Amino acid sequence: MTLTHQQRLVVRRTGRGLRTAVAIVLLAAMLFPVYWMVNTSFQPSGNTLSATFFPAHPSLQGYSAAIHDQGQNLITSLIIAIGTVALTLLVATPCAYALAQFRFRWISWALLAILISQMIPGIVIANALYTLYENIGLLNSIPGLIIANSASTIPFGILIMRSFMLGVPPSIVEAARVDGAGLVRAFLSIVVPISRNSLITAGLFAFLFAWGDFLYALTLTTKGNIVPVTLGIYTYLGAHISNWSAVMATAIMASIPAIILLVIAQKFIAAGATGGAVK
Amino acid sequence: MSEAETLRATRSPQPRSSASEPKRRGLGRRGEEIAKILFVVPAAFAIVVLFGYPVVKNLLMSFQEYTLRTFITGEAPWVGLQNYLTVIKDDLFAKELANTALFTIGSIVGQFVIGMLLALFFHKHFPLNGILRALFLLPWLIPLIVGSAAWRAILEQDSGILNVTLERLGVITEPVPWLTSPDVALIAVILVNIWLGIPFNLTLLYSGLQAIPDELYEAGSLDGATGWKAFWHITWPNLRAVVNVVLMLGVIYTLKVIDLILGLTQGGPANATQTIAIQSYQRSFVEFKFGEGAALSNILIVISLVFAIVYVRANRRQVDE
Repeated sequence: MTLTHQQRLVVRRTGRGLRTAVAIVLLAAMLFPVYWMVNTSFQPSGNTLSATFFPAHPSLQGYSAAIHDQGQNLITSLIIAIGTVALTLLVATPCAYALAQFRFRWISWALLAILISQMIPGIVIANALYTLYENIGLLNSIPGLIIANSASTIPFGILIMRSFMLGVPPSIVEAARVDGAGLVRAFLSIVVPISRNSLITAGLFAFLFAWGDFLYALTLTTKGNIVPVTLGIYTYLGAHISNWSAVMATAIMASIPAIILLVIAQKFIAAGATGGAVK
Repeated sequence: MSEAETLRATRSPQPRSSASEPKRRGLGRRGEEIAKILFVVPAAFAIVVLFGYPVVKNLLMSFQEYTLRTFITGEAPWVGLQNYLTVIKDDLFAKELANTALFTIGSIVGQFVIGMLLALFFHKHFPLNGILRALFLLPWLIPLIVGSAAWRAILEQDSGILNVTLERLGVITEPVPWLTSPDVALIAVILVNIWLGIPFNLTLLYSGLQAIPDELYEAGSLDGATGWKAFWHITWPNLRAVVNVVLMLGVIYTLKVIDLILGLTQGGPANATQTIAIQSYQRSFVEFKFGEGAALSNILIVISLVFAIVYVRANRRQVDE
């Protein structure tokens, strides 16, 4: 028996609806740990022993404890992350443009060096920077952590922005030059604005990396006066955990900037990433 | 010489529109070249200081007795290959190597297979596809240590929700000591790392699938290549380049994982989750034997390089074909 056109359409629609249902189930499994974090953070008793699948009597005790213990650390993380974004964009943007548009003979070598740099384990950088920082007094300092984080974000930023800037037509820069703009002014007034999406993408990744950094925070601070929130969570985890709701409340607060940024910047990332992927 | 430069060199130096800025034009080709170099100077400086210096310093340190005393006396005597011999002859080295291999292979296989299945699933059309796929990336965005914290709560032996649920379902009668038993800790750590790696694999493989033209499948279906056959003869060969990138980046990333293991087990229990990266951290920053830590991290770099070279060669062969 053959199906009519209408029947076939119904079958196809049901098939698609079924896929959506399967996708939701898979997503629920994937995000369960995130849900559990939220759930635990609202549990009134500090431990998970009596945790129920849903916080029937939500309590904010976890959050008040977390803000009391970790509020300052969240601000420290914010300063470090913003500093890393600023340093990364300042250094990486002109370089990305130069590697995309200028005709240096050594460009392929530079790109190779940048690619290799991405393979160097963070522990190597931490090892060397610790001894350097010890000598020049950057240990236990916010600038020290900003610089260390930039080790990973600058090469990555260059690669992302360069692949976008390859698509900038040289003619529009040349038009500005003909009108009397210098190289720097043409770069600032033409290239930077039209590359905005890729700058936002690179900046966002730099922020997420610096915000989530744990290794440099752990190794390049020794005194406990500079404590990014990731290190704060680790210290929470290291001590015998008696208050899971506070740990999870901190974890939630440490995740919020990433989620907010992503929602705001989504369209820029999509534009920036597709631009980068195509070239 | 670029087209623009040729144009500039041949054109008369008179600015056409604005007569007020003749000086900039007068900078000359030499000035222009210097200005161009200045665009890359900050980044070159950063890369030399943040990669060149650490790599060289690490190499030197690995041949020195570089300990806490060095910071006080300033002396770091040369010891030749002593640090390498110390870390390799250590009773734990074989275990660290095996754990690093198991952790890397287990993580990569798990992430890749699940990521691939999800990418194939999301490649089909259905309502809410885009939003649901975007939400899959959430574990990627939260800080690693946050992920570890969440899993610590879930995997807790007595009250963790995993054991509680498994017991209620009758799957287990005794709570499993996920992170505190040497027998299962490595497996637990691998499972968490698989969870963390799925978004990366899903994203790259999905965009790889999107790039395969539909016409190939249409042509294939005329020859009877559908379902599994279509995957094997059309999807897989066309996805090879992306697969290579995903696997290489995955291996290099996984080899150097530190955050996750420190957050979950700190290398324990009884060194069950001790890897080369973790051991390097502990020698340097717990025992303050920087020379030995450097030797171990150099071994890690060499292993990463081997994979990078294999990758480059595999790609070259593909281009040759």
